[in-house]
Amino acid sequence: MNEVKIKRSILARLIPRLTSLTKRGPSGWMIIVGIVIVSALVIMTVIGPYVSPHDPSAILVGPIRAPPSLQFPMGTNHLGQDMLSRVLCGGSIMLQVAAFSVLICFIIGVPIGLFSSYVGGFFDSACSLVIDALYAFPGLVIAIAIAAMLGPGVINMALSIAVVYIPSYFRIVRSQVLSIKELAYVEAARASGSKWYTILFRYIFPNVIPSIVVVVTINFADAILTAAGLTFIGLGVAVNIPDWGWDLTKGRELIASGTWWVITFPGIMIILLALGFTFIGEGLSELLNPKLQR
Amino acid sequence: MKNLPILEINSLAVDYRTSRGTIRAVEDVSFSIEKGKTLGLAGESGSGKSTLGLSIIRLVPYPGVIAKGHIKIGGTDILKLSENEMRSIRGRKVAYIFQDPMTSLNPVKRIGAHFVELICTHEPTMKKEEAFDRAKEVLKNLGILPERINDYPHQFSGGMRQRIMIGLAIALNPDLVIADEPTTALDVIVQAKILDLLESLRKIYGMALILVSHDLSIILERCDEIIVMYAGHMVEYATNIELHRNPQHPYTQGLLRSIPNIELSDQRLSAIPGSPPNMLNPPKGCRFWLRCPQAEKECSTKEPPLVNIGRNHFIRCFRHGEEDSQ
Amino acid sequence: MGLRSYIITRILLTIPTLLLLLSMVFLFMRVLPGDPVYLHFEKKATPEQVEQMRHLLGLDKPLWTQYIDYLLGLVNFRYFLQHGYPNLGKSMQNYEPVGGQVFSAFPATLELAIYSMLIASVMGILLGVISSKSYNSVLDHLIRGLGTIAYAIPVFFLGIMFQLIFGVYLHWLPTGLRINPNVQPPAHITGLYTLDSLLEGNLFKFFESLKALLLPSLTLGIVLSGMFIRLTRTNMLETLRLDFVTAARARGLKESTVTYGYALRNAFLPILTMMGLQFAMLLGGAILTETTFSWPGLGSYIVSRINYRDYTAIQGAVVMFGLFVTLVSLVVDILYAYFDPRIRL
Repeated sequence: MNEVKIKRSILARLIPRLTSLTKRGPSGWMIIVGIVIVSALVIMTVIGPYVSPHDPSAILVGPIRAPPSLQFPMGTNHLGQDMLSRVLCGGSIMLQVAAFSVLICFIIGVPIGLFSSYVGGFFDSACSLVIDALYAFPGLVIAIAIAAMLGPGVINMALSIAVVYIPSYFRIVRSQVLSIKELAYVEAARASGSKWYTILFRYIFPNVIPSIVVVVTINFADAILTAAGLTFIGLGVAVNIPDWGWDLTKGRELIASGTWWVITFPGIMIILLALGFTFIGEGLSELLNPKLQR
Repeated sequence: MKNLPILEINSLAVDYRTSRGTIRAVEDVSFSIEKGKTLGLAGESGSGKSTLGLSIIRLVPYPGVIAKGHIKIGGTDILKLSENEMRSIRGRKVAYIFQDPMTSLNPVKRIGAHFVELICTHEPTMKKEEAFDRAKEVLKNLGILPERINDYPHQFSGGMRQRIMIGLAIALNPDLVIADEPTTALDVIVQAKILDLLESLRKIYGMALILVSHDLSIILERCDEIIVMYAGHMVEYATNIELHRNPQHPYTQGLLRSIPNIELSDQRLSAIPGSPPNMLNPPKGCRFWLRCPQAEKECSTKEPPLVNIGRNHFIRCFRHGEEDSQ
Repeated sequence: MGLRSYIITRILLTIPTLLLLLSMVFLFMRVLPGDPVYLHFEKKATPEQVEQMRHLLGLDKPLWTQYIDYLLGLVNFRYFLQHGYPNLGKSMQNYEPVGGQVFSAFPATLELAIYSMLIASVMGILLGVISSKSYNSVLDHLIRGLGTIAYAIPVFFLGIMFQLIFGVYLHWLPTGLRINPNVQPPAHITGLYTLDSLLEGNLFKFFESLKALLLPSLTLGIVLSGMFIRLTRTNMLETLRLDFVTAARARGLKESTVTYGYALRNAFLPILTMMGLQFAMLLGGAILTETTFSWPGLGSYIVSRINYRDYTAIQGAVVMFGLFVTLVSLVVDILYAYFDPRIRL
């Protein structure tokens, strides 16, 4: 009962905020559309196992490589698995990998960024140099190299993606901190003897949060695409859980025989998920940086 | 015999259609100017004077639109012209000098190229070398060494860049030049030189000049006729002499009072209390009544019309004809 | 300062960056858990075999020595002149020099990258300019929407879709090779088939190699253009509001002159820098594109090496990528200085 109460109060606070977004023009709408898409896909993945018509991993529930029909609206693959069920349940690995990588990035990138830019001096310059070198490097290459060394698995994939995106968090946090650090009220706090961690977390950090949120959403979108890419190369998860990325890889081999449905539907799902996060991110960044507002 | 006016504006209204509502930046403006004369547009920021200036060449920025009225240049109603036809007027018949010389030139283009481009656009039969020679001549008249024709804008000081802008404006011998705060971004000494330059060029070429400024003292010094603008309205329109002798509108009087007098010692700066109204929701009645020392009940409910009180002196006020209370 | 001294300074600055990069690659491959040789054999080797490989590859030496050897190997010019490629160690699979393999695979990736970049730039800039000029109109929203979608598509998905439509249904273009298998590739001068065919004077080979390049570079180009459209649009919108643009219109200049000669010309510089930075992304996408189309470039190479668990080869390929990215950013910075006279002074 208590959980229901908590959920209701969170919703109660969220809904007025969401409706206020509609008044902020096209950017607000973009955010709402993005949230709707992402929520829909997450919900679909969560309830997928309960509502899918067939067991997504069960083989030969239908004829092999059957095109979409009334019985199998998304057709079947080379193992006779129902594609609709696989699509409904296939998002969980992608979402997990993306969520973990964002978490890791956040936990590592943000504190280092905060600390480094606040402290300044040689430490900051050194950190920035290393981070910039990392940032300039092609992300997928790093992810591939790390994933190759670590081997398959959700956490490993998340780690390799996280390493690629930590520089983004670092840079955004750093640029924000550098501009806030010199503001009057921070000086005042320093002058009145506040400890450095108080200043950092009570004064500076709350102002950095909006920019971080934007990076988080874009990170999510990129993480999903990178995870799909890694799976495609063969560095994905080696388990028989339904996964959109895996279907894409397998589906590719079936293309030659004209079997287009195995790859198309999971692919569209991935695109939708990435789009959803991108919309949220773009809408947020437009609201926060109204340079183009007249 | 009066000359035909080079510019005639009737009941002009310009709106900005923003997502938060429509702002009428210019309302019911009518005036005319003859060749060889100088007209001053005075007013504070937000009075609509810059918008008015830009609307004369139909370059009001998005989301601005010319909502009502007529603008005639040399007898032609320019609001009916196509964009192509308008383009042939800009730069050639009517020239515009922008406020900030630091940002008005193309940073990656040499100044000679600025001139050649301008000249060749409007006179396509001219050869490049000829255009170059013409540019050098203009620069000479402006006091810029012709060898510097291949320099980039950032290699010049603010004052010189404004001279280049003036040069570009007069290069094709226009009939009308609109100068929008030409000296605001410059220091005082350079200001005087630039204004003198404009004046001497005007005498040589015989063009009409509209001088837009928030500095009433400059306008009083150099303009034959003066329009005072407030919150998008023309509040006073008179000749220079008439305005000096008999300023009628309380706003004009306030502006005149606030010009410091260098000869008096121990002077307190007098300012007009309050600030300009919110243009999204202008106040009822006269737009100035909240700040007006002579306001009466009538002023807060009805908008005063523009009336001619004789000697071609127009005023938008119910309280005209009364002596200055101070 | 002058352009020449800027170039020299910039080139000198590249050296510490390169050093940092190479060191980071080295560390990555050593710091990660797991012994590369052990992993290579997938735990199916005897300790003697493991020791033998480690010795042959120099992996039994102390870390410092390995580091020095690694760096020295890269700058060993005599080796370079002798073999035509730098010393990047030996492959775990057959002990062949990794440098040779990497260098022979690289031109294919370079060619793909160039054409993809070309397509992405032209599409991106054109559509971005159009979008910015019709601000807030239906066309603007349409272009932005398409751009966002293009960027959200996994590049290999698009590639497969193209293969499906063009290759399977329309039986159009060859898939999987740099040039029609019946045609002899052009003489190797640069390694870029299109360029080499032109240098050879052979137009037929030129068109055949273009045909093979078409689908892969279109795929990568379209996905990249999504980002370029947004970039161009944002920069153009900012630039179009600047005073000198309005001043140019006030002089009666043609709208096309104002858009391209004034706005784009000035907006171009930040766009160029961003494009240079995006090059890194291009390489990531190139790997996937090559895998999709079986394009024999560095991307396919690195993927195949993963399957063989050939870690020295993977390291060599990563170094190659890093070198390439550093070089590109150097070129971009120099171009920037050339186009913007202000930065040199």
